[in-house]
Amino acid sequence: MATIGLCADSFALMRRVVICASAVLLLATVFVLPSLLDPFRLNLLGKYLCFALVALGLDLLWGYAGQLSLGQSVLFGLGAYLFGMYLKLESSGGKLPDFMSWSGLTELPLFWRPFASPIVALIAAVLIPALLGVALGYLLSRSRIVGVYFAIITQALAFIATTLFIGQQPFTGGTNGLTNFSTIFGQPLRDSTVQVWLFQVTTLVLAVCLGLTLWLSRSRFGRLLVALRDDEQRVRFCGYDPTLLRAIVFGLSAALAGLGGVLFVPQVGIVNPDSLGIILGIQMVIWVAVGGRGTLIGAVVGAIVVNSLQTAVSESLPDLWQYGIGALFVITVLLFPRGLAGSVSLRDRPRLEAA
Amino acid sequence: MNLLEVDDVSIAFDGVRVLDHLSLSLAPGELRFLIGPNGAGKTTLIDVVSGKTRPDSGRVSFDGDDVLGLEPHQLARRGMGRKFQTPAIFPSLTVRENLEVAGGSDQRHAGWGLLRRLQPEIEERIRDTLHLTRLGADASTRAGLLSHGQPQWLEIGMLLVQRPRLMLLDEPVAGLTRAERDRTSELLKVVQQHCAMLVVEHDMAFVRQFDARVTVLHQGRVLVEGELSEVQKDERVIEVYLGSLQPDETAVAA
Repeated sequence: MATIGLCADSFALMRRVVICASAVLLLATVFVLPSLLDPFRLNLLGKYLCFALVALGLDLLWGYAGQLSLGQSVLFGLGAYLFGMYLKLESSGGKLPDFMSWSGLTELPLFWRPFASPIVALIAAVLIPALLGVALGYLLSRSRIVGVYFAIITQALAFIATTLFIGQQPFTGGTNGLTNFSTIFGQPLRDSTVQVWLFQVTTLVLAVCLGLTLWLSRSRFGRLLVALRDDEQRVRFCGYDPTLLRAIVFGLSAALAGLGGVLFVPQVGIVNPDSLGIILGIQMVIWVAVGGRGTLIGAVVGAIVVNSLQTAVSESLPDLWQYGIGALFVITVLLFPRGLAGSVSLRDRPRLEAA
Repeated sequence: MNLLEVDDVSIAFDGVRVLDHLSLSLAPGELRFLIGPNGAGKTTLIDVVSGKTRPDSGRVSFDGDDVLGLEPHQLARRGMGRKFQTPAIFPSLTVRENLEVAGGSDQRHAGWGLLRRLQPEIEERIRDTLHLTRLGADASTRAGLLSHGQPQWLEIGMLLVQRPRLMLLDEPVAGLTRAERDRTSELLKVVQQHCAMLVVEHDMAFVRQFDARVTVLHQGRVLVEGELSEVQKDERVIEVYLGSLQPDETAVAA
């Protein structure tokens, strides 16, 4: 009994240490990092944090509910485009956006009009991907398209979305996408204080979303997702509707992806069809796999570490990165199936292996 | 009024009649065994009753309501529990979490209720079930690490937490050792006091431990229904089992 008591005490202590350390890390990232890093590096890190939001959603979907999606990029890109529409309209200053006049449009398409309002754009950029996720999750699950078939369909979706957005040049800017943004909420976008502010907002949003998803994963809902991954049939016979559960979790992951897209576009200054594409969709899976599935923290760490590596390697050896990320994925799958977070975890959490 | 009423149900897979105008009824609280040679349609009948498979024709009513066409999760919420042949549990979750998932699907706990804790009443039910299934010491063990036999009891425990009025069990003692069978029959005798049960079982020694009626299925039809001792003496039953050239099924004559 004494040892058990001791263990419980040291766990409680460790818990407190972890909470304090996280708070310090968060404050340091928000207030100290912007003065340490040069604007270019800070901007890159901000971009990785947006990717981390997407990874968080993908981990909920894949690591917990056991449903791999290769098309999270579509939901991310959609969020980015929808918020980009607002940025484009504001930057065009009431005139028709440049790419539209090049394509021969004479007036603003109807569906673009509401996006003149930043609030509408912000809500739409999270809500529309979320609704798309719920609808897709519901329809695919109802047709019993799960597991590897779901992964294939979502990858096809990335292909379709890319083709669609390239093809609809007058409305989407085609291959170039949406760019040449100048202001956000009336402030000059390239101003360093605005960029620092965007970085701080991104960090806080990520921290809040991480907290929420961690809480959710420990709730009965989170356990039900793991149950769904283990044995869908039993979940059904326990009295839950797996179709509804799948729709909800895909919707949640889509909302996080959309939110990532919203914060991505003003920091990077461009959104093009690559942001919806197959390659990005696969990279997102690699971030989560390397970071460690089913841990949520791992997804965040994975997105930051893999992208930092990508930047470091591609800056010095641009041709090698593609091999690098492939090797990284293979090594992770073969040697560290639980990923970074799973491998360093102090507690024995074998449940992570079961997926 | 009967709890379960299966009326004139037929189903064919690829032209093969698996259930052929089959009718069966079960009174509230009744325990009924379903036996018959391989391919007699026992599991298919359970599938139809639990909503997993839809029959080509016929009617199924549960508690007076026509339930044909309802999804398994809807039937589960109406009080029908089902145990599978190979135990269907959640290996990544602990024993207690398994029971919590099973106990939390009612109106108050599903939906937004999934974000709240379980009612004390359900917590108590879970404690009782842990005790009854003798899994209390393993409550925090991952279900995937349970030893042989225990997953079967956990699955029965999960059904118990659901408080069903009808439990459908598909070969609950298949592949278990002697001691594990005895333990299972003890457990089922307790379950019997709480709900009706329809049990598919091959093991006649096991069936004999219960005071229950037996329905013999053959080629998708009810061949005989009655006490085990009568059924075993029935000419047609002996013919079906011994004449079918399936040595593993001759257990019925033993």
